[in-house]
Amino acid sequence: MRNFTYGHAASIGDAVSAAAGGAALAAGTTELLNWMRLGIAHPERVVDVSRLPELDGIRAEGGRLVIGALATLGAVGAHALVRERAPVLAEACLRAASPQLRNRATLGGNVLQRTRCPYFRAEAPVPERMPWACNKRVAGSGCSALEGGWDRAALFGWTDACVATQPSDPAVALSALGAEAEIQGPRGVRRIAMNAFHLTQEEAARTAPTSNTAAFGVETQLRSDEIILRYHVPADAASRRSAYLKVRERESYEYAMVSAAACLDATDGRIRQLRLALGSVAQKPMRLTEAEARLRDAPLSEATIRAAIVAALGAARPLPGQAWKTKLVENAAVRAVLTAGGIA
Amino acid sequence: MTVNGRTHVIVHEARVSLLDLLREQMALPGTKKGCNEGACGACTVLLDGARINACMTLAAACDGRAIVTVEGLASADGTLDAVQRAFIAEDAFQCGYCTPGQIVSAVACIREGHAGSATEIAEWMSGNLCRCAAYPQIVAAVERAAAELGAAGRAVHPSGAVQPATVLSVRAG
Ligand SMILES: Cc1cc2nc3c(=O)[nH]c(=O)nc-3n(C[C@H](O)[C@H](O)[C@H](O)COP(=O)(O)OP(=O)(O)OC[C@H]3O[C@@H](n4cnc5c(N)ncnc54)[C@H](O)[C@@H]3O)c2cc1C
Ligand code: SF4
Ligand code: FES
Ligand code: FES
Repeated sequence: MRNFTYGHAASIGDAVSAAAGGAALAAGTTELLNWMRLGIAHPERVVDVSRLPELDGIRAEGGRLVIGALATLGAVGAHALVRERAPVLAEACLRAASPQLRNRATLGGNVLQRTRCPYFRAEAPVPERMPWACNKRVAGSGCSALEGGWDRAALFGWTDACVATQPSDPAVALSALGAEAEIQGPRGVRRIAMNAFHLTQEEAARTAPTSNTAAFGVETQLRSDEIILRYHVPADAASRRSAYLKVRERESYEYAMVSAAACLDATDGRIRQLRLALGSVAQKPMRLTEAEARLRDAPLSEATIRAAIVAALGAARPLPGQAWKTKLVENAAVRAVLTAGGIA
Repeated sequence: MTVNGRTHVIVHEARVSLLDLLREQMALPGTKKGCNEGACGACTVLLDGARINACMTLAAACDGRAIVTVEGLASADGTLDAVQRAFIAEDAFQCGYCTPGQIVSAVACIREGHAGSATEIAEWMSGNLCRCAAYPQIVAAVERAAAELGAAGRAVHPSGAVQPATVLSVRAG
């Protein structure tokens, strides 16, 4: 790892101007240190934001939960208010990583973690001499994962340039909850809905200023001079009755193969409102808004729910040999809704 | 920072991890370096009482904080901690490389109140990987220590509380 200068930000304004000047912001560093060791990032300045009190805390405000960007996954997962009003988020946090990592990993850093694509994550300290193709590491070098063989490749929104998925668990829950991130930059404060926060490769290519090449590194709407302050999480009836399902290769301490987050408001066997998001199937959590609309006022039955989900998954484009993944995510989504409804 | 109850002032490069600082500059090799990427748990220490991976933490981020390593669990007279005794009693180690991390993690696991059943222990100890499959003995050791400590023991267990002895060491790195 190359050396760098390190300091604590004294204020949010301080952090924003440091970021604008090219410094890397550090919260728990459970992601940043790996990037620096693998050769993914080489910041000359690291500015620690972990002692800014404005970014901390979990509280109820009006009908919402307000969760600071520095809240750790462990704290969010254990918090009584979150467990009661947005159980899907508590579950997603507690199913992520390990107890040790969750004590450091923050919700701000979590949504900015990058893909676990093995070609992206392999150690290559000198990028110019990367012996394999990965557009995210060396723009224009190609994509090794496109040949298939990586189980966690995207089903939706990918391009020939990259098939990586966003691996965060909490981001999927935040998307299903309809949460918003409150963000500060040099021009002031703005909010981004968490289901629009991340970008698929197609979306990134559309919004990239110049060529496709410029889009390889763009994965979210957050600009490099902005900082996430906190999340606003609706604690409505659907949020209170929510569930997270994570399918993985081993029982615990493993990234998701696929995951599903469901927030469900149902009475007398009828769905009043459903919000459903899928994880590890695209470079963003995938909200199934069509299925959500179709299931409004529908009976809370497995057949109805499955039909709507199958229709929504019709757009899936699995890589060769990965058709099984579409079925897996269908079953996970159905199970998540039934679990939220208390009938699975 | 305070390590095992003693305060230190240390000069080091910004990129030094807490793990490298403990092992290479503070002569505390009990905390092991396995993967150095957050995946194995061999480097588990307590930071202000909470278990963390020392490999994923910059030493500079621990300024003013209290660290407890496996060396800090036994009392000053060498009496082993209840968790250490339980690991010996249950033969809960094989290669020994991951054992210090397992023990520190077990201390936290019990203190957090996550040692209620074998299933709960397995889930909350999952951040510590052991490739020799000593898992049944590890679970048994955590159960044994949890039973011995009980609710009262949990409250008095080392949490990084600063002890009176203070040593000042300054090292360039
Ligand atoms: C072994 C391992 C297993 C894991 N398993 C899982 C898993 O199963 N599920 C899962 O979801 N995650 C998992 N993670 C990822 C982990 O949750 C993230 O690394 C963590 O949440 C990142 O938070 P951090 O505070 O450590 O971020 P940092 O490493 O400090 O920062 C990461 C990035 O976010 C930026 N950043 C941080 N905070 C802010 C902010 N407030 N505003 C703007 N930018 C910010 C930093 O500049 C940096 O670019 C795993 C990680 C490891 C190492
Ligand atoms: S999927 Fe994306 S991250 Fe993986 S090799 Fe291809 S370009 Fe790189
Ligand atoms: S050495 Fe820190 S987790 Fe493996
Ligand atoms: S104790 Fe080291 S592999 Fe099991």
